[in-house]
Amino acid sequence: MRKLFTFHGGIHPPENKSQSLAQPIREAGIPSHLILPLSQHIGAPAKPVVTVGERVLKGQLLASARGTVSAAVHAPTSGVVEAIEDRQIAHPSGLTTMCIVLASDGKDEWITLAPTLNYLECQPEEIVARIQAAGIAGMGGAGFPTAAKVNTPPERKVETLIINGTECEPYITADDILMQERPQQIIAGVKILQHLLQPGETLIGIEDNKPEAIAALQTAAEGSDIEVVSFPTKYPSGGEKQLIEILTGKQVPSGGLPLDIGVICQNIGSVVAVEDAITLGQPLISRITTVTGEAVTSPGNFQVLLGTPMRFLLEQAGYLTEKNERLVMGGPMMGFAVPDLDVPIVKTTNCLLAPTPSELPNPAPAQACIRCGLCEQACPASLLPQQMFWFAQGKEFEKLEQHNLFDCIECGACSWVCPSNIPLVQYYRASKSEILFARQEHKKAEQSRIRFEARQQRLERGEAEKAAKRAARKQAAEQRARDTSATGQTGEDDPVQAAIDRAKAKKAAQQAAGSSSESEKQRLEDNVASIRQRLEKANQKLTQAEAENSEHVDALRSGVDKTRAKLEAAEQALAALSPGDKDKVEAEPPVDAAAAAIAKAMAARTAKAELDPAEQAKEKLRALELRLQKTRDRLTQSRSEDADEKVIEALEASIHRLQDKITTAKADLPTAEAD
Amino acid sequence: MELISQYPLISSLLALASLGLVFGAILGFAAVRFKAEGNPIVDQINDLLPQTQCGQCGYPGCRPYAEAIAGGDLINKCPPGGEAGIQALADLLDQEVLPLDEEHGEEKVKAIAFIREDECIGCTKCIQACPVDAILGAAKQMHTVISSECTGCDLCLDPCPVDCIDMIPEEETLQSWHWPLPDPVDSSASIIATDVRNAQHRAA
Repeated sequence: MRKLFTFHGGIHPPENKSQSLAQPIREAGIPSHLILPLSQHIGAPAKPVVTVGERVLKGQLLASARGTVSAAVHAPTSGVVEAIEDRQIAHPSGLTTMCIVLASDGKDEWITLAPTLNYLECQPEEIVARIQAAGIAGMGGAGFPTAAKVNTPPERKVETLIINGTECEPYITADDILMQERPQQIIAGVKILQHLLQPGETLIGIEDNKPEAIAALQTAAEGSDIEVVSFPTKYPSGGEKQLIEILTGKQVPSGGLPLDIGVICQNIGSVVAVEDAITLGQPLISRITTVTGEAVTSPGNFQVLLGTPMRFLLEQAGYLTEKNERLVMGGPMMGFAVPDLDVPIVKTTNCLLAPTPSELPNPAPAQACIRCGLCEQACPASLLPQQMFWFAQGKEFEKLEQHNLFDCIECGACSWVCPSNIPLVQYYRASKSEILFARQEHKKAEQSRIRFEARQQRLERGEAEKAAKRAARKQAAEQRARDTSATGQTGEDDPVQAAIDRAKAKKAAQQAAGSSSESEKQRLEDNVASIRQRLEKANQKLTQAEAENSEHVDALRSGVDKTRAKLEAAEQALAALSPGDKDKVEAEPPVDAAAAAIAKAMAARTAKAELDPAEQAKEKLRALELRLQKTRDRLTQSRSEDADEKVIEALEASIHRLQDKITTAKADLPTAEAD
Repeated sequence: MELISQYPLISSLLALASLGLVFGAILGFAAVRFKAEGNPIVDQINDLLPQTQCGQCGYPGCRPYAEAIAGGDLINKCPPGGEAGIQALADLLDQEVLPLDEEHGEEKVKAIAFIREDECIGCTKCIQACPVDAILGAAKQMHTVISSECTGCDLCLDPCPVDCIDMIPEEETLQSWHWPLPDPVDSSASIIATDVRNAQHRAA
């Protein structure tokens, strides 16, 4: 006989198990619609791999696992995917979540199943992969993905494999009936897990209120190293940590996992699902669910397809709607009221409890805590519920954590014993989820802070880089300025000087090029042509200005005269070149014609300035008369040559002007002579 | 030695002076060796702020506000932190709990920015405004919000020239839902653990 231990606290609520054990497992049948939530387990929701309108076969993958802590979803029967949408599910919040809705075609046509495995020849990875592919999640109520649980790291030795057949919660008999009816399958499943985990010992723990189940399993386990252990009934010995303590005497450390002390626990339902997956290749598409309570006429256990609406299942058991005030999923201790009868059965639905109001009345109003300490004596986790109640009321989350709130398994024993009807466990649930939420928020805030600071740094870096560039540019400019002043060159900095230099260079190049007489002649001709053009333009302008009586008339006039002088000089140079006197051209380059004209003009001016006013006036008059004469000659010449209208007009205009000037000069002459 | 034995006053003065020197040296060394970098209270305050970086407090981000609080500013200028945030700050700083200063806005439901992508003209103004780099996009390309990084600070709304950004309040999901605290007056809570007791009495 094995030495058994016990855990602190615990209670003995009425069991109410016999009602649902009267009949063997019944098939619930195929409803017209199945609603399959993508999240029937703890961890990431599954990812749909089918599209709306697609026909699927029984056992076909509908949604694949997302990561390791996730479970796949399969079609429980053949049919058509009607929708992938948000539907209400069995959850205390009454919220909706993404579900695949399957319209069954009633044919219940299986997909070709994966070949059966001889697990003895399989590597552990292969078995784990098969369990994961089958979408098995803990069927006791928590729904932790089984593949993630049995995929132990190689360095962690599993000393004890515990199969949990305790089922301590009142009313529920799903595991009990499974053990009674299918002991061989359970033992086969346990052997698969033994092969996978290689545990030092394997125990099946069953409370002593299930003698038939114990007997059946003991018979089935004969000749194997699997030990079936029964122990006194006490709620909540089915809790994982409590069962481990009962069977091994070891306590799972706070915040730790059973594997930390070398133990792995599996639920009976999960073991059966593993056996189906390995030896038959069947995914998890149905489960045993207890339907009980006084509001059903024929309570019992049903093999029900996942996704079956609860209403459909209840009808199989003879549901009396008018007698049932609220429907509970799970047991009376840890279960919760379902928001609607049309929510689906999921992987974790071990029981539907439909009590009459007198069977499970609404709780009486809570009264003040009288500090009786009964809750402390009942707590299976050795916590101080009364103390935690105060902290929860005052939202002192830090103190709650110091009092090991997270070791609370939410079994409800404290609430059950409370003489003041205080819903203690509800306070802990609320505080737990609020703390978890705050942690999550804090994590997110931390992330935001990091991103904010990274951004600040990036901006600062950018600014610094810009400033550095500016400084470098400034420094370079200063350096250049210093260099220039040091060498005394104005350098390239002065654009005017640069332009002058360029012009000079061009001129020099022109002169160098102009050594041959042919090009010289060409150049002179060009020169004459361009000066003539300029003269014409200047004359035009002058005419216009005169017509408009502009102030610039005088300036324009002198401009025209100068240009004319240049033209004459250029013509002379050309004429000189034409006879072929090369030397003369070289001695008197036309480039200097303008300079020569200027020199002549300057000389004339100085000569003029030396004369007395009377002489000057006379000289001016003479010059004017000379110019008049010249102009007249040109006019006659132009006319005889049929020159351009404009030229003739201009010449006529200038003759008039000269005549006027002569008149004025003549008028001035006596005055000048008088001086 | 003779001097000391003859004048006990000198010996005690000497002893005190040498003690003073020794401890002074230890303190001086400790001041250099264990120098605190920055003000640790700023980090603690910053830890309690919601890190939305929204600037509603009048400072350009949560850390600057934390520094301002450490420098004596009031603790009630953070609308996203709300009453709970003020409570936490008051606890940390041992101050009176003040009501939220309405001048800086009111506590709102947490929301996340959403860009109506058809209307986005790709001006990058929101990207420059986002304090946590939660908006992706390039010039003349459509922009979009990384919803998991958005703090709901509203800072992208004003710069948008075509008003194509919406603030969508966060919906409660199964992941974000949490049990409410039981209402002491209303006894129709869905928890049923306490119910069985009465059933037992009836059965007994």
